[in-house]
Amino acid sequence: MNTNDRWVLPEGIQELLPVQAEPLEKLRREILDLFHTWGYELVMPPFIEYLGSLLTGTGHDLDLQTFKLTDQLTGHMMGLRADMTPQVARIEAHHLKREQPVRLCYLGTVLRTRPDGYGGSRSPLQLGAELYGHGGIESDVEIILLMRDVLAAAGIKDFHLDLGHVGIFRGLAQQAGLTESQEAVLFNALQRKARAEIDEFLEQVAMPADVKTMLASLMELNGSSTVLERARTLLANANDNVLQSLENLQTIATSINKKLPSLPLHFDLAELRGYQYQTGIVFAAYVSGYGQEIVRGGRYDDIGKVFGRARPATGFSADLKTLMALGAERDYQPAGIFSPDPDDSGLQNTIESLRKAGERVICALPGQHGSAKEMGCDRELVEKKGKWEVVKIN
Amino acid sequence: MIDTPIKIALSKGRIFAETLPLLAHAGIVPVDDPETSRKLVLDTNNEHIKLVIIRASDVPTYVQYGAADLGIAGKDVLMEHGGNDLYEPLDLKIAQCRLMVAGPVNCENDLSYTRTGKRLKIATKYIDSTRRYFAEKGIQVEIIKLYGSMELAPLVGLADLIVDVVDTGNTLKANGLAPLEHITDISSRLVVNKASMKMKHEAVNQLINNLDEAVNNPENRA
Repeated sequence: MNTNDRWVLPEGIQELLPVQAEPLEKLRREILDLFHTWGYELVMPPFIEYLGSLLTGTGHDLDLQTFKLTDQLTGHMMGLRADMTPQVARIEAHHLKREQPVRLCYLGTVLRTRPDGYGGSRSPLQLGAELYGHGGIESDVEIILLMRDVLAAAGIKDFHLDLGHVGIFRGLAQQAGLTESQEAVLFNALQRKARAEIDEFLEQVAMPADVKTMLASLMELNGSSTVLERARTLLANANDNVLQSLENLQTIATSINKKLPSLPLHFDLAELRGYQYQTGIVFAAYVSGYGQEIVRGGRYDDIGKVFGRARPATGFSADLKTLMALGAERDYQPAGIFSPDPDDSGLQNTIESLRKAGERVICALPGQHGSAKEMGCDRELVEKKGKWEVVKIN
Repeated sequence: MIDTPIKIALSKGRIFAETLPLLAHAGIVPVDDPETSRKLVLDTNNEHIKLVIIRASDVPTYVQYGAADLGIAGKDVLMEHGGNDLYEPLDLKIAQCRLMVAGPVNCENDLSYTRTGKRLKIATKYIDSTRRYFAEKGIQVEIIKLYGSMELAPLVGLADLIVDVVDTGNTLKANGLAPLEHITDISSRLVVNKASMKMKHEAVNQLINNLDEAVNNPENRA
């Protein structure tokens, strides 16, 4: 490597300078405090662990997203976490084993082999909240309300909520008798709303005509709340799983609408993010001017099963750096008190009491460059009649 | 409610020319001609709709990240782009051609090069599609990435075969090449940014429906 290149970071890996890091840390603390006030307890899953446990019960996509290395102590493969949600689910299922509802939150760096989304970060600062042990709509609604408060803390007031339910497609695929590989092909085309491919697929695969029509209609079932009405008509012949999923989605939407009447809701019955492990509603938040989702979440009742304890679960996660970038502008203007070199014990005591009161005090170093102002201070300590006083700098 | 204009990304040339009648049917007429204007953002008769003129292979990227709400891109470009990051709700049935394997006229069209044990060299700009196609056939190939004039590669010994889009086949013929195998049919698709589909749903959906109508109207067939 050329010596001039020694500062180059790998693609998608960022370092934050004070002007970014200070406000980000402030927001991080605010959000953790917010979680605390909602009763969500913090967990800190490991940054690295055996691949087997890291990827258990998750999909192929997460496997590809995970950096891997060999543990030189045991020879086992280890992975660097690419998503903390499954880790938190494991902690809940394996260690906590409580019968009552459990509320957990987490916030930390994850690493991804491939840049994810716009800006292409490979090291998002993932934050999330999960609620275990309750299968009703009330917990889904709580999670969405908490998400709203997290966005508000970041200064994101106007967002759209996109709602779907994986049970609708899953039930229809079941009714159509699709094999796993057929389901994967149709799933792929549905994710892109590629009508030409969906039509072609439905032409080739034998299934009852009414199921065919219902699967074809999924791609049209997106838009405002009228979608659910249309779905009830178009999917009237679907099996109970589908109808229950629709009902579940409707109840959650009604409740959200009542609690947050000004929040624009969008429905998309072909939206299947996290299809491999989601079991109920899926949701995402979008903001104007940013082409991708900023928060994603939903219900995933089965994930604890592989760790011996399937519990109902619902939650969301987001990247703190993305929320920071899209949220309200946060000024970072360091202010503080500049002090002469504290060789005098009276000065030392003054500095200590100022710091205890939360002031930022910077001490001059002998022979240093730069004035108080250049050191980012707006006040300084001046000796007046044997007493140290804080004086404003002009 | 439309707060920001809807931006449609598309490339100059054939796609633009064949899209114009469809847009016109949907009531959208560009004010400038991209062949003479140097502007990259073209106004239309509808102040809420702008056309963004970019390279064909950049269209999926612009739309994926929301720099444009919609785009018009060939299936060949979308297959190379890969992933599930875009909606492609409409086959516009324009700029139709085929993605094909082509080679020298006298080479046997069962790709019998493999019998000699020699690895086939394939020149193409469609790296992913080519790799996938030959992998499905169980043939290991060396892929040589080129940006244009693929037809030249077999003539000068740079590659054994090429994978390229073929329309009339005249360029192949003029260079002593012949189409050997048909990989897939190509046409242009309307692609939509996922967030735009959700947040500007009414306007975007209206546009999709209008274009759908235009596609199915025989008057617009080129």
